[in-house]
Amino acid sequence: MKRVLPWIVPAGILLVWQALSQFGLLSGQVMPAPTAVAEAFWRVTRSGELWRDIEISTWRAFAGFAIGGGIGFALGMLNGLSRLSEKLTDSTLQMVRNIPHLALIPLVILWFGIGEEAKLFLVALGVFFPIYVNTLHGVRSVDRQLLEMGRAYGMSERAIFWRVVFPGALPSIFVGVRYGLGIMWLTLIVAETISASSGIGFMAMNAREFMMVDVVVVSILIYAALGKIADSVARLLERTCLAWNPVYAEV
Amino acid sequence: MNVSVLDHTPDTNVRFSSVGAAVSLRGVTKAFGQQKVLHGIDLGIPAGQFVAIVGRSGCGKSTLLRLLAGLDQPTGGRIEIDGLETGWRERVRLMFQEPRLLPWQRVAANVEVGLTHARDGNDRRRQAIEAIEQVGLSGREKEWPSILSGGQKQRVALARALVSHPGILAFDEPLGALDALTRIEMQTLIEQVWLDKGFTAIVVTHDVTEAVALADRILLLDAGRVAMDVTVDLPRPRRRGDPAAAAIEGRILERLLER
Ligand SMILES: Nc1ncnc2c1ncn2[C@@H]1O[C@H](COP(=O)(O)OP(=O)(O)O)[C@@H](O)[C@H]1O
Ligand SMILES: [Mg+2]
Repeated sequence: MKRVLPWIVPAGILLVWQALSQFGLLSGQVMPAPTAVAEAFWRVTRSGELWRDIEISTWRAFAGFAIGGGIGFALGMLNGLSRLSEKLTDSTLQMVRNIPHLALIPLVILWFGIGEEAKLFLVALGVFFPIYVNTLHGVRSVDRQLLEMGRAYGMSERAIFWRVVFPGALPSIFVGVRYGLGIMWLTLIVAETISASSGIGFMAMNAREFMMVDVVVVSILIYAALGKIADSVARLLERTCLAWNPVYAEV
Repeated sequence: MNVSVLDHTPDTNVRFSSVGAAVSLRGVTKAFGQQKVLHGIDLGIPAGQFVAIVGRSGCGKSTLLRLLAGLDQPTGGRIEIDGLETGWRERVRLMFQEPRLLPWQRVAANVEVGLTHARDGNDRRRQAIEAIEQVGLSGREKEWPSILSGGQKQRVALARALVSHPGILAFDEPLGALDALTRIEMQTLIEQVWLDKGFTAIVVTHDVTEAVALADRILLLDAGRVAMDVTVDLPRPRRRGDPAAAAIEGRILERLLER
């Protein structure tokens, strides 16, 4: 019963939606019926066009995430461990952080045109900050008493990093990763909608030109599903890596 | 250094009795900037002695222990352990007021932290399990620290300190955060492993009763100097509430409360 409870409201909405379309109260040009959306999904899946678009969008998302997240992680670690490096770069980064990365779209199109670089750049930039900020915060909040213990027990600098600093910063890094994943999809949706010749955003814009509302709704749902899958994988990783933490032990 | 390597003979079941190391401090001073914390400490501790250090808060007890553990360097003077001026860091283990276990490592891995020298994994695990047994936590090797009670965590910390068979075990108010009953249990455990292994024990405590119950000798630190050096010549195991112990305790408390 408990497992069914959360599904009652969404199922009800679907039923009402279907009924409204069925009785002509909801125009197919505004919102196609759930069955019409399912049909459109079947169509684009069979033609193979959907898989190509999902593949290219997913590739863009994760390549951008890897670049931005990798640099953010490295700089966060460096600035957390070295006062000099932090003094040198942190205030600049904090200033740049105030610029919404999507505001750079016109500039990015000028620089890169509508090629892959533009989308990778925007995603990487968007993902960079949450990972950087949370890695830095994680390293800073590592228990000093544990660091002192490591030193008193003769751990090498390397051992202190891998056994104390990194695991200590990991919960915070995961917060950054999950936040970054959200920004990753959001940035990609905007970038693909504005300028692309492939990908899910392109599929949606293309369908719009031909007034295929059902396909537009399908692409929106695909974005939602991809976002949900990425977040679930991150949660699973988090729960596995942080099993020691009583906060994640239950569930 | 070489001494500690010898102590790690992989032989099973070797009891390292009489591994205690002798300590000698000559004119040791320590200053933080302008503030002088230790004003020339001269002190000899024979191997295997149980020494308690008492004193007001801020008199430099922790500073002295940190020097002995090699976490900090003296501003002046010499520290020798078993006659060596350097290379003895591995012979000293420090226990803190907090257990300071790595929350992301299970009990056994936390104890293995004490085995700094990388060795074969099976051997490390065997030594860790032996140390865990010594502190009465057999069977808890695979637990996360977060589910242990405060007293059990401190026992794991003790196992981590013991596992490398140190010549000197220094404790900085290790029982300060425990409730009265757990405290007494831990005192008994510390005394028992000390009798069993024979290391030199140096315990900083603010509890004079605890000092008299455990130590062969009590040092009272005041304004960065050893103000009192009392030998506690009472047979073990010591009974709680022994009048001779109470007399010693009274003398020390009187000196502590002076001023
Ligand atoms: N790292 C440090 N930097 C500056 N002052 C310190 C430092 N460590 C300790 N002190 C000072 O040294 C004095 C003795 O401290 P401590 O040895 O911790 O005393 P306690 O006897 O309470 O353990 C205190 O006044 C403390 O403020
Ligand atoms: Mg102290």
